Amino acid sequence: MHPAFSVIFLTTLIGAGQGLFLALFTGQIFSQFNLMPEQHNSNFYVIGSLIALVLMTLGLFSSFFHLGHPERAWRSAAKWRTSWLSREVIALPATMAGIFAYGLAHYMGWTSPIFTMPGGTAVDATLLTGLLATILTYTLFVCTGMIYGCIKFLQEWHSPLTVINFILLGTASGFTLVTTLSAYMKTDLTSFYASWAIFFTVLALIFRLASLRRNKRIKPISDLRSAIGVNHKNIRQMAQGSMGGSFNTREYFHGKKASFVKSMKVIFLIFAFIIPLVLLGASLGTPSAYIIPLIAIVIQFMGLIAERWYFFADANHPQNMYYQQIS
Amino acid sequence: MTQLALVIDLNVCVGCHACVTSCKEWNTSGEAGPMVDKNAYGENPTGTFFNRVQSFEIGTYPQTETVHFPKSCLHCEEPPCVPVCPTGASYKREEDGIVLVDYDKCIGCKYCSWACPYGARELDEQQRVMKKCTLCVDRIYDENLPEDERKPACVMSCPTSARMFGDIHNENSDVSIAIREDAGYQLMPEWGTKPSNHYLPRRKIKIKIHKDELERVDNPLSKEERKRHNAPGKGPSLDDMTTW
Repeated sequence: MHPAFSVIFLTTLIGAGQGLFLALFTGQIFSQFNLMPEQHNSNFYVIGSLIALVLMTLGLFSSFFHLGHPERAWRSAAKWRTSWLSREVIALPATMAGIFAYGLAHYMGWTSPIFTMPGGTAVDATLLTGLLATILTYTLFVCTGMIYGCIKFLQEWHSPLTVINFILLGTASGFTLVTTLSAYMKTDLTSFYASWAIFFTVLALIFRLASLRRNKRIKPISDLRSAIGVNHKNIRQMAQGSMGGSFNTREYFHGKKASFVKSMKVIFLIFAFIIPLVLLGASLGTPSAYIIPLIAIVIQFMGLIAERWYFFADANHPQNMYYQQIS
Repeated sequence: MTQLALVIDLNVCVGCHACVTSCKEWNTSGEAGPMVDKNAYGENPTGTFFNRVQSFEIGTYPQTETVHFPKSCLHCEEPPCVPVCPTGASYKREEDGIVLVDYDKCIGCKYCSWACPYGARELDEQQRVMKKCTLCVDRIYDENLPEDERKPACVMSCPTSARMFGDIHNENSDVSIAIREDAGYQLMPEWGTKPSNHYLPRRKIKIKIHKDELERVDNPLSKEERKRHNAPGKGPSLDDMTTW
């Protein structure tokens, strides 16, 4: 497939935003259940939520460049019963609203307990809005992943690994980002977040390698025999019916050499996983130096852009069989 | 229920592209707006087409054969492009099974083109909406046209009558009979899209002649027969029944 930068930025930016929120809420849960020293700096949650919202707004903004008619984008919420894209269109603003409510609850200091759980844990508005936003965040992750995962003849995408990778890569970048924020704001949580960021980056690497391995071994279900219905092993296209290109030759091909695609794979493995892991490991030891995780998140985000580029370029659409030869 | 479709006979198609040009001519002049042409006379001409004729070479030289293969939207009975459309601009008509795009609702997100394994949909670069074969829906119901012209433009123009048009759910229609009796098949049936358009395969007419059929065994005019019958005391015979 042709990697469109509008969609690359949409998926990486909202992924990082969602991951950032999940990281914030994870921190809050841990301190709520007294697994960590309590975090009294509510500014941290407010600014974190704000950054998550900014990232997701930028992603949403970028997605409009993908549309032929952005002014009609509102129509795309109509077919949520059948279309994952339509579901994403609803889930994205809903998640943003949830994260906004979470940030607002922290900003307004709505921390007086609404009720107390049997264990003695006080449940306040921040916890409830956070829980709601978490559900919405995962819903959005699933919708985004399923847009690609549900197309069965794009065999490279038609796998649960697609959704898992969207979740893990977004979460990993979100935790790296929150490590930076935490180090910058000098909270006590930097080491905690850095170790979680390492955990999710390693987990994302494992699942991304699994999907690379899976896609390398894919046997195409369709071949030229079923494409034109002639049962012969040796079929060659002589003419695709046009002398120049067409939508069919542009939209479904990445248009780069195989060596370029291969180098992109190496680049994203190094940038999205290896370098951030080294830097996050370094920031475990020096939790106050925010510059280290800052470099980590910048490099990881560049790596994730390369990863998403490769994700698109790697998918081979069966219609390409009809467009092998110009003449 | 009606399911209108094309049946394309690959045994007859000569690859003249008349269906391509007549399709473009009819549909670019319609009220839905022109189908864009960019650099039509330049280096890299590109544009929107609903129908293309492709050519494939089967086999290895010198045992090769060229198959001309017209390709347009197949109006699937289970169209994968329809449920993915977020706006409902893509739809399949209940009354005749034609898959259409509402150009006023389409946001041009291209998702339907990803979901079509046949590459039948194209984004028009001028109108910025998804376009595809309409089976000349603005022609086939037009009562101002003589009845025998209420067919898609490509069918009208085909000089070898390789294209047939009709209802494949009506068992007695020409297209159904052609599919049934001339081995009509669907493209990429493995995806369960149930394309309505069918193709008829290349068919070679061969006479089977066995060696013993080449020579009449009891040919009275053969050398051996004549020798035998002309032997002294034996006259020639007719059907081994009469002698003279």
